[in-house]
This record gives sequence, C-alpha cells and structure tokens, in this order.
Amino acid sequence: MRDVAVIGIGCTKFGEWWDRSFRNLFVEAGVKAIEDANLAGEQIDAMYVGNMSAGRFIEQEHIGALIADYAGLASEHIPATRVEAACASGGLAFREAVISVASGMSDIVVAAGVEKMTDVDTSLSTDALAGAADREWEGFTGATFPGLYAMIATDYIHRYGLTREQLAQVAVKNHYNGARNPIAQFQKEITLDTVTNSTLVADPLRLFDCSPITDGAAAVVVAPLEVAKKFTDTPIKVLATAQASDTIALHDRRDISTLDASVAAGNRAFQMAGLERKDIDFVEVHDCFTIAEICAIEDLGFCKKGEAGKFTEEGATALGGQIPVNTSGGLKSCGHPVGATGIKQVCETVLQLRGEAGKRQVDGAEIGMTHNVGGTGATVAAHIFGRA
Amino acid sequence: MSVPRFWRKIPQRYNLEGTHCETCGRYFYPPRNLCPECRREGTIVNHTFKGVGKVVTYSVIRTASDQFSALTPYVLAIVELEEGPRLTTQLVCSPEEVTIGMPVKAVFRKIGSEGESGVIYYGTKFAPM
Repeated sequence: MRDVAVIGIGCTKFGEWWDRSFRNLFVEAGVKAIEDANLAGEQIDAMYVGNMSAGRFIEQEHIGALIADYAGLASEHIPATRVEAACASGGLAFREAVISVASGMSDIVVAAGVEKMTDVDTSLSTDALAGAADREWEGFTGATFPGLYAMIATDYIHRYGLTREQLAQVAVKNHYNGARNPIAQFQKEITLDTVTNSTLVADPLRLFDCSPITDGAAAVVVAPLEVAKKFTDTPIKVLATAQASDTIALHDRRDISTLDASVAAGNRAFQMAGLERKDIDFVEVHDCFTIAEICAIEDLGFCKKGEAGKFTEEGATALGGQIPVNTSGGLKSCGHPVGATGIKQVCETVLQLRGEAGKRQVDGAEIGMTHNVGGTGATVAAHIFGRA
Repeated sequence: MSVPRFWRKIPQRYNLEGTHCETCGRYFYPPRNLCPECRREGTIVNHTFKGVGKVVTYSVIRTASDQFSALTPYVLAIVELEEGPRLTTQLVCSPEEVTIGMPVKAVFRKIGSEGESGVIYYGTKFAPM
C-alpha cells in the first residue's frame, strides 16, 4: 500500500444557511480545498461524498453525480460515489478516499461531506435523524436520537456517578474552543449555568448538551505521499485509517455506555500507526451530545472507564491540557451537518498540524486523531495524522 | 412515517414473539433468523416471551417527532426481559415513577396513528408491576 497525505482542505462556515443551497455549500468547500492544494480540476481522479440523508432533508438523491457535476467535473466523467453511514458518513468518505489512493487505483481524490438540514422543520429533522438508529425497533417506539443518547447518559450516571456539572463542562469547554473558530456555528462562550438551566430535551440531556441542526460542507484532497510535496509544503500524512461496526440498536449492545465500535476502531488505528495513546497531541471526537464525548475519550483509551467526568473537570481535555479534545469546538459548538462532520474533523486536524489553528492552536502539535460516530455507535471511523 | 401500515401485520409487535437458538440457548427479541453467536450452526425456533422484565436505563422524551409529540413527556426505556434479551419501549408510568431496576410487564397499547384520522397502529409498551 502507498502512503497517503492530505494536501488540501476547505470548509464552509457552519450554520443556518436559509439563503444558500446544498450544491452552493459543497461547491464552496470543494473549491477552497482544490485551491488550497493548488490543483487544476482535471487532475482529480475520483470523489467520495459523505451524506446522510439528502433524501429526507432536501428530497434529493444521487448525490455523487450531483456534486461531480456542480464541481465542474461532469465533462471529466470521474467516478463520484456517495458514502452513507449516518453521522459517520464523512469519516467513511475520507477513509474510502484514502483506501483508493493507498491501493494505487487513484492518485488525486477529493473526500467531501455535506448536509443541508434546516430546509425542514424540527419534527421532520428529528424523525430523519432517528433513522440513524433502528427505525423498526427503536424509532417505532418513539425513540428519538437525543433520547437514545440520554439513555446512555442515564446508565453512565447510575454506574459511574458522573455529576451534572461534569457533563456540562464538556459543552462549556467546546464552546470556549468554538468561540476561537471562524467556521463554528456558535462562536460564543457559555457558562455551566447556561447548560444546566437550558430546556430539557430528553432527561438528563438539556438543549446545551446537544449538537444543533446545521448546514455545512467540508472537503479535503488526498494524494500519494510521494507526490504530495509537489502540491504543498505542508502535506499531512495519514498514519492510520480504521473503521468498526456494532449492533444497529442500542438495546443490543454488550454495555450501554461503552461504544465497542469506538474501542475497536481506536485499537485498530493505534495498531496501524504503531503509536500509543500518549503519542497523540490532540483529538477531535464525536460529541453529538456531551455524554458522547465522555464515552469517546474513555473508549479511545485517553482515560479509564468512569473517569472522563473528573478528567474533563480538571481541564485535561481543554486547550493546554494533557490531551486537548475538540479544539475546533466539536459538533457542539461548530454545529453538526451530519454528513460533513467527519471531514470537518480532518480539516481541523490538518490546520492544527500545519500550525494554522490560530487562537486554538495546540503548541507543538505533531500527531492528531479524529473519531467519527454513526448512530449511537453502530459505525465508527478513526484516523490518525502526523506531519510528513 | 407511513411504513407502520405494513408493520401492523408484524405479529411480533403484539405478542412479544421472538426467537430462541436451541444450539447456544440465547433468546432474541426482536426475532432474528440467524443466531449471531452460532451463525450457521444455530437452530432458530420461535419463542413467545413471558413479558416480564426490568428497566436497564431510561429517559424522558420532551421533544419528539410529530407522531409522538402529543404524548410528551413520555418515558422511553431499555427493558431486559427475564429470558435475557433487551428491547426499547415506552413505559406506561409518570416520569417521576421510573427507576433503574424497576420490574415491568408488557401491556398492549396504541402506539400511534397516521395523522388525526389515519390508520391506528398498536404494539407493546411496558408498565410497572
């Protein structure tokens, strides 16, 4: 297999884009990534597009071809493939792009992610998102997506004694970071009281425990490492790509508050990179809800099971801490355009490793990791990156 | 969501009918055609559950899709049946009443309908014992 590097990144500002269309968003992200990589369009060999539910959100399918067309590549007839794994669609699109280049099948590949979620009302988006879980045996009973994560939280609190304040601290930290990220939907710091006094959505999760409904797109360009320097002075090497799956329904899991797919994908990634947890300088984890970040840092092995609340409270996951988590602001503050999130995580990691993350820069960052979850943990993609 | 039109005909929704693997002894609800433990070595037979169990974890849903919004706040839970399998269900009790480990039993209830005058569909909820 060939070594692979990221040579270009592009991301729209995440937010509520009522005045912009799906295709308008991804073209902006794609053009930024291509310009960043100093590429001409005809050099692109293939595209992989992460998108969860355009069929529900904008009633458009056939997203691969649509994106290739509006990216100005219809005349090139390149293969363009949509990748779907709920909220892990972006992470999996990236992984497919890496595999394609590593195998030698393609040279220059664009991995993108896009979601336009605000064109429908909250009730429909709640229903569409519930499709990331088991529609027939969870959704049918009235299970919402926040409701399922709330049941993880109830189990976790009962078993490990996590406090309301510790959970809220995840949101406070991520909003602090997001306030320093120009693409974030919410560039505003919040306090513990903001979280604990916000409206209950699904007990014990409140509004500020949840990532929002968001429009946005992100794109990256990958290439063989051996040619990456022709395009950029700062190629970022993909040290590991890993993916794992688990039961679609939360009720079938071995342990309600351990995402075994996160554990498996994390272990595979560390093994592939030949690295240990202590080698990682920062990580972008899938904090669709505050409890998800608590589980993620334990499942990836950055602290022991049951200790992530204390770990967070003590500042270990904050900028300047032992292992900064979600320097971008995470899904919580950046927003969570489901198909785009996994690619945005890669964009943030590349910015950090290039030393271009501005006020949220992790000093001396050399190795970064991303962790992207689909559903309540039925799919997980994990990647590790390093400076080339 | 119009799919429930067809789900009305799924017998497992009304009677807690699942499956049992006679090779390894595991029980499944919802039913599975293939035992994930024994795979092709498994011997799957139908099994009707007694319908008693306990609450493993729960939440109180305050924001729901249109279909369930009239019921809010309602209690959602994962229940472990006495025979072993777990399922997601609504609990017929007040949010204040529910606790982890609470014994519950299956009850036959209306789950929802397609709009105000649409087809009503039924299924299983659980109530405190």
